[in-house]
Amino acid sequence: MSSTLTVPQAQAALDAHTRKLIKWHFSPETGCDYWLKWAKQAGWDPRKEITCFADIAKKFPHFDDDVLRTEQPERFVPKAYAKRPYNVFETGGTTGMPKQRVGWDDYKTDYEEYSNHYGPNFFPKGNWLMVGPTGPRRLRLAVEHLANYRGDSCYFVDLDPRFVKRLIASGDTAMARRYQEHVIDQAATILRHRKIVNMFTTPRLLENLAERMSLVKAGLKGVFVGGTTMTPQYVRFVVEEVLENKINFAPTYGNTLMGLAISRKLTKADNYSLTYYAPQPRATLRIVNPDNPSELVPYNEYGRVELTTMTKEFFVPRFLERDEAIRRPPCAEFPWDGVGDVRPFQSLTKTIIEGVY
Amino acid sequence: MSTIHIPVLRFGTAYRSLDVIRFTVGERTIEVSVANSGLIRRDLPKLSASLAALREIPAETLVGYMEKAAELYLHGHLPWGDGPELQSPDDYVAALSQLTGLPYSLGRGNMAKVHAAMSNIRKVLDGLTRGLSLDIFDTGVVDQDGLAVNFFPQTNSLGVLLPSNSPGVNSLWLPALAMKIPVVLKPGREDPLTPFRLIQAMIAAGFPREAFGFFPTTHDGGDTILYGTGRAVAFGNDTTLKKYAPYRHIQVHGSGRSKILIGDDYADDWANHLDPIVHAISANGGRSCINCSSVLIGKNRDALADALARKLAAIEPLPRDHPDAILSGFANPKMAKGIDERLEEFLRTPGAVDLTAKYRQGPRLVEVHGQTFLRPTLIVCDDLDHPLANTEYGFPFASVLQVPQAKMLDVIGESLVVSAFTKDADWSADLMTSTNIERLNLGPYSTMRVQWEQPHEGNLFEFLYRRRALQGDLAAV
Repeated sequence: MSSTLTVPQAQAALDAHTRKLIKWHFSPETGCDYWLKWAKQAGWDPRKEITCFADIAKKFPHFDDDVLRTEQPERFVPKAYAKRPYNVFETGGTTGMPKQRVGWDDYKTDYEEYSNHYGPNFFPKGNWLMVGPTGPRRLRLAVEHLANYRGDSCYFVDLDPRFVKRLIASGDTAMARRYQEHVIDQAATILRHRKIVNMFTTPRLLENLAERMSLVKAGLKGVFVGGTTMTPQYVRFVVEEVLENKINFAPTYGNTLMGLAISRKLTKADNYSLTYYAPQPRATLRIVNPDNPSELVPYNEYGRVELTTMTKEFFVPRFLERDEAIRRPPCAEFPWDGVGDVRPFQSLTKTIIEGVY
Repeated sequence: MSTIHIPVLRFGTAYRSLDVIRFTVGERTIEVSVANSGLIRRDLPKLSASLAALREIPAETLVGYMEKAAELYLHGHLPWGDGPELQSPDDYVAALSQLTGLPYSLGRGNMAKVHAAMSNIRKVLDGLTRGLSLDIFDTGVVDQDGLAVNFFPQTNSLGVLLPSNSPGVNSLWLPALAMKIPVVLKPGREDPLTPFRLIQAMIAAGFPREAFGFFPTTHDGGDTILYGTGRAVAFGNDTTLKKYAPYRHIQVHGSGRSKILIGDDYADDWANHLDPIVHAISANGGRSCINCSSVLIGKNRDALADALARKLAAIEPLPRDHPDAILSGFANPKMAKGIDERLEEFLRTPGAVDLTAKYRQGPRLVEVHGQTFLRPTLIVCDDLDHPLANTEYGFPFASVLQVPQAKMLDVIGESLVVSAFTKDADWSADLMTSTNIERLNLGPYSTMRVQWEQPHEGNLFEFLYRRRALQGDLAAV
C-alpha cells in the first residue's frame, strides 16, 4: 500500500524488515524445514551475513520455483505455524503438476492493505462479482476477503485457465471461444439479476463482458483487474471505451508468490502507461539485466522482473518472473522502485500463450 | 523530417492509437496506428449503420463512384493519413517501394491493375452476376427472361486480411462496395498504403465513410475480423487453410501452385512459346499466387528447361526506380536468406538441379542497389515427389517436370491457375472437368492473364449474396 515515508526511510524500513524476516526464516525455532536445510547445505548462516536488503542479491541465488512443484508443501511450513492448518494455493495456468504454496493470513494482509489504499468512493459500498480463476487459487479467497473486509459480499463465476490453455495449445480455438462465451454468459446473467457495484476480473473478460452490455448501465462503479499484459493503448481502450470514462479502474500486477502490486494513479503525463508498486517491504520487485541479473537496469529501461517475498509465512528470494518491465523511479505515493508496462519476458522475440482469460 | 499518421478507420471515425508501427520513407516517418482486438469487436456492431448507408445509394451511383475512384486512385492527390499532407501517385509508388521492396515499375503496374479492376467495375459485376442488372443490388429482384430472380446479402460485411506481397490483390475486395457490402480490412504489415489510398479515393468519389473499417492490427485482431464478419477472406499458406477450414464463412486463399501444362500437340513447338512461360514465372516479381511455379511437359523437358533457365537468368536485379526492373527486393532480408537456405537444403535431395545457377551472374541471394534480392531460379525435377517439384516462393521460381499428358491431371494437385497449352479437344474436356483447377486458360497464355469478366478464386457475388426462391404476388417488390 502507499506510504508516507521518504525514499531513504523506506529503504531503512526494508533493510530492518529483511533482518527481521531472515532471522525468522533461518532460526530453528521459527523457520521451515526447506530453508533450514538449504542453509545447512549452503554452508553459511543468513542470519549473520544478511544485514540489509542488498545482501540478499549478493548472497542468495535465484529461487527456483520448481521446488514448489517437486517438494511437499509441508516442508515450507514455518515452525511457528506448525499447529495451524494451512491453505494450499496453486499458480494460475500451469498444466501438469501444479506449483503450490502454503499460506495462512498473507492473503488477508495483502488485500486489506490493498483495500486501505482505495477509499470508499473508489469501490463504493455494495456487492462484488469475481469473474476469473477460482478453484485452488489464492485469488478466490482474497477477493472474497476484500469484499468482506469492506463490509460487502461477493458473487463468483469461475474460469479454468488450465482448460483454456490446453484448448489453445491443441489449436482448438473454436472450443476456447465457446468456453469464453460460457463464462461471459454466466457473468452477464449475474450482472443483470443481482445488484453488483464492484468487480474483479481479467482485462480480457472485462472487455468481453462490455461487448454484451454497458457496464455503466449495469451499475458498476469500481473495477479491479489483474492477470495479463496491458499496453498503454489497451489501458486507454479499457478506460475510454469499456468503462466509458465513468467506472473507477484499478489495474494490479500480482501472483500467488507475491501478493499484489498496486498501480500508481494515472496522470495525463503517463499517457496510459501503467506503473505498479510492490507491497514493500513484504514483497520487493527489482528490474534486472536479463543477461546479468545481479545488476539493476537504469531507470526507464526494460529488464526482467525479479521478486523477493519476505513474510512470516513465506520466503522467496530473487525469483526471476516470466515477465519483463520498465524500471520506474519512486513516486510520492510509493517511495520505492516501480515496474512499468509489464509484458511477458522476451515477448518481442517468441510466441507466448498469454491472455487466455 | 515530417511525420505522417495513418489512422485506424472506425466506420467513419479516424482513430489515433497509442500503439503504432513506424516506417521511415525518405524524409518522412510513417506512423501506422494499430488497433487492439477489443476495439475492433466493439466496432463491428456499427456495421448495421454502414450497411444502411450503402443501401441508401443506388447501385448505379455506386458504380459511378467506383469509376471515379479509379481515376482518383491512379492520378489523384489523396490524403496520406489523417493530416493535411496529400500523396501524389509518385509519392505512393515510391513509399510502396520502400515498404515492400516492389520496384516502381511493378508498383505502377499494380496501380494500373487495380485501376482497371475499378474502372471495369461494370464488366466485373456483369461477370460475377452473369449479366444480372444492377437493380439486383437495389431491389433484390430482377426479371430474367420472364423469371423473377431474387438474391439477398448473406452478410452485413466482408472482412479481408490482406497480404503485403502485391498491391494488386486489393482488387479482390473492391467490388463488394459496389454490391453494397461494407468492408473490414486488415492491411498487410508492410502495405497499409494501398488499401488506405483506395479508401481515400472511394470516399472522395462519394462512397460513405461509414462503409470502411481499416484496422491495422495484430494476429489476434485479424482473427477478430475473420470471426466477427459474416463473410471473410484470408490469405496465407497451407497452415492458414487448415486453421480456418472449419469455418464456412471464411474463404482462404492459400498457396497458388499455378501451373503451365504443355500438351503433346505443343510439346515439339515449345520454343515458340517461351515468352508466355517466362512471363508467367517472372511477372510482378514472381510474388503473385497466379505466377506459374511448375511447368509440366510430356517430352523435351531438358531442352525446354535449359531455354527457360537462360531467359530467366538474364533477369537481373535493377535499382528500384529503373523502368525495366522486374525483380522485387525483399522488405525483410532475413526472409530472402531463409528461402535461399531452404532451396539449397532441398537441392541436396537427389533428383533436382538448379539450371539457372550456371547462367546467372552470381549467387541466387544478392545484396545490390540497397536491397536484398533472389535471382530467378528454375529447377529441373526428375521426381514428382521431390520437395521442389510442386511448391512456390515469393520470387520468380519454377520447376520443370516431364510428365506424360495422360497423367498430368492426376498429379497436379490443387492449382489456382492452369494454363494448358493445347488444342486437343479430348484433353480440353478433361481439363474442364478437373476439380483441382480454379482458373483455366486454354491455349499458350501466361497464368497471369486477367479477364475482368471472369471471377478470381471464387465468385465474390456468390460469396456475399445468395439466391432465394421468390414466388407469389410480387407487385410490392
